[in-house]
Amino acid sequence: MTIAYRQAVLKSGLRAALSPLIAVAAALTVGALLMLLAGASPIAAYSALFRQALTTYFGFADTLTKTTPLLLASLGVLVALRAGQFNLGAEGQIYMGGLGSLLVGLAFSDLPMVIHLPLALLGGFAFGAAWGAIAGYLKVARGLNEVLTTLLLNYIAQYLISYLVNGPLKAANAPSPFSELVAPSAYLPTILGKTQAHAGIFLGIALSTLLTLAFAITAWGYRVDAVGQNPVAARYAGIPVNRTILQVIALSGGLAGLAGSSEVLGLKRRLFENFSPGYGFDALAIALLSRGNPAVVILTSFFFGMLRSGANVMQRSASVPVSIIYAIQGLTVLFVAISLALEQQVQSPKPDS
Amino acid sequence: MSSIDFLTDFLSACLRLTVPLAFAAIGGLLSERSGVLNIGLEGLILTGAFASAAVAFSTQQVWLAIAIACCAGALMGWIHAYLCVSLNVNQLVSGLAINLTAAGLTTYGARLLFNTGTVALPPLSSLPIPVLQHLTILGVFFQQDLLFYLLLLLLPASTYGLFHTQWGLSLRAVGNAPKAADTAGVSVARIRYVSVILCGALCGLAGAYLALVHVQFFAENMSAGKGFIALAALIFGRWHPVTTTLACLLFGATEALQLRIQAFGLNIPYQLLAMLPYITALFALAGLAGKATPPAALGLPYAKEKR
Repeated sequence: MTIAYRQAVLKSGLRAALSPLIAVAAALTVGALLMLLAGASPIAAYSALFRQALTTYFGFADTLTKTTPLLLASLGVLVALRAGQFNLGAEGQIYMGGLGSLLVGLAFSDLPMVIHLPLALLGGFAFGAAWGAIAGYLKVARGLNEVLTTLLLNYIAQYLISYLVNGPLKAANAPSPFSELVAPSAYLPTILGKTQAHAGIFLGIALSTLLTLAFAITAWGYRVDAVGQNPVAARYAGIPVNRTILQVIALSGGLAGLAGSSEVLGLKRRLFENFSPGYGFDALAIALLSRGNPAVVILTSFFFGMLRSGANVMQRSASVPVSIIYAIQGLTVLFVAISLALEQQVQSPKPDS
Repeated sequence: MSSIDFLTDFLSACLRLTVPLAFAAIGGLLSERSGVLNIGLEGLILTGAFASAAVAFSTQQVWLAIAIACCAGALMGWIHAYLCVSLNVNQLVSGLAINLTAAGLTTYGARLLFNTGTVALPPLSSLPIPVLQHLTILGVFFQQDLLFYLLLLLLPASTYGLFHTQWGLSLRAVGNAPKAADTAGVSVARIRYVSVILCGALCGLAGAYLALVHVQFFAENMSAGKGFIALAALIFGRWHPVTTTLACLLFGATEALQLRIQAFGLNIPYQLLAMLPYITALFALAGLAGKATPPAALGLPYAKEKR
């Protein structure tokens, strides 16, 4: 290995770390211009946002609360991405996961927590996985592109939950559509006193570690990557491509389902209609921004959680509409896409012809 | 209500709900026929809806609003083309970026512009055609607005253009065998740019129709999955303008049906009915599986130097 080669490797590593940062900075800059357009001061707005989200006790707890579903759902999207599958259905899988956990949470009332909570989480995972597997099956057995099917399934899931909490699952005498409370033995415990921050964040971090390991050292992780890099070559290498794709989409749905579980068992403790404010779509942005690296997802989710948690205070103190953060998130994806493309062009210089 | 009245009423609702889907689907069809996947239809429609609402709100000029919606859609389409064709960005990622950016920017823009709450926009008036409008049932076809008639024109025009002109041949060639087209002297990049920008402009019209004809105000994320339904329609319609429009009519009819059932106050929860168009789309796709062959080079960037 020559020194020049080592330097080249180091350089490309640096560039891979740097370009998402540049993309985020570019998105924040355009966000600042949009704030100016609204006649607000970007400096005041951003400092209010980050101060609230990071330095206040309740703000930080809220950041953790918002990070949790983002982290879990992003891990789901990321697993699919590693196998070259675009799971745009995380939003629907979150809803189904919430439903699964709620049903298990309601079903038992006298189980000890060590059994009930894992069971309730498993319920969410199973429902999310089943919902994802529909798209996986349609892809593998019927050749339907997963992008469109997962998108359509989102709407179906969202309406289904809305129907359930307005009808069969509606709590007695509920003033607005929501379900009964799950049994306390299925609660994800609160981790910071007097706040809503709950143990779901640890679940996310543990799963992210597990996935990092799985991709680094297991044969399964290798198979998934092989299918993602080159399905044709993978097939010739004896890897069951279709089975791997189906597995991965189901796992992806299950992880996104856990995001729904954490919302139901940790935060709301019951099922509401429209309880996910688009976490499933943020998850895609996060997975792309993290370049398929399950450890980096923790940081990226935290950043997106921060934006969401600080946004309300920003609106109050700097009078910038909360919706600015949706614009910033969209722009982040846009700039990440551009930076990825530019990077590839730098890496593969045009041959002289 | 007599059954003829009901039928007329239902048909008219079908048509109204089909128009935006059909504009977007024909746009998406052009883009995909040229080899550029476009899941950004949703964002393009939303852009058109916002642009038309903003202009109609501030100038009260309906036609100016429609023209600007068209341009705004085309501009977003140009961004998609730039990302996919010039930068070779993954086309799904680019489409996704278009959707997220459009949703964020229009929501923010709506808060700034219409901060007074919902505002009523000037309507696009209908333009009945003499004599024909009085036909039983079929008369509804002749009581529509200019955009509807424009769609009726677009249908044969795009079919003829795609299958009987040099331009259409180049467009299909670029989507099926870009290498061959390139060798024959067709500029792959230029054809793809034009198709994707046209797609954006048509989605802009779809959005304008939503904002000015359907509801006459702008609501956040008002496109509500119409772009994805349009995508399903163009696959179901096998990338042909006529069958794609028929597929749009099917989805439009499903939507109209569910709205009618709701209006009748039958004891069916509205959420189950609201699911119908999406379920129909899913089943339509699943039933068709294996029979629809997309353009061969769909989704693949074409880099001249890598021939």
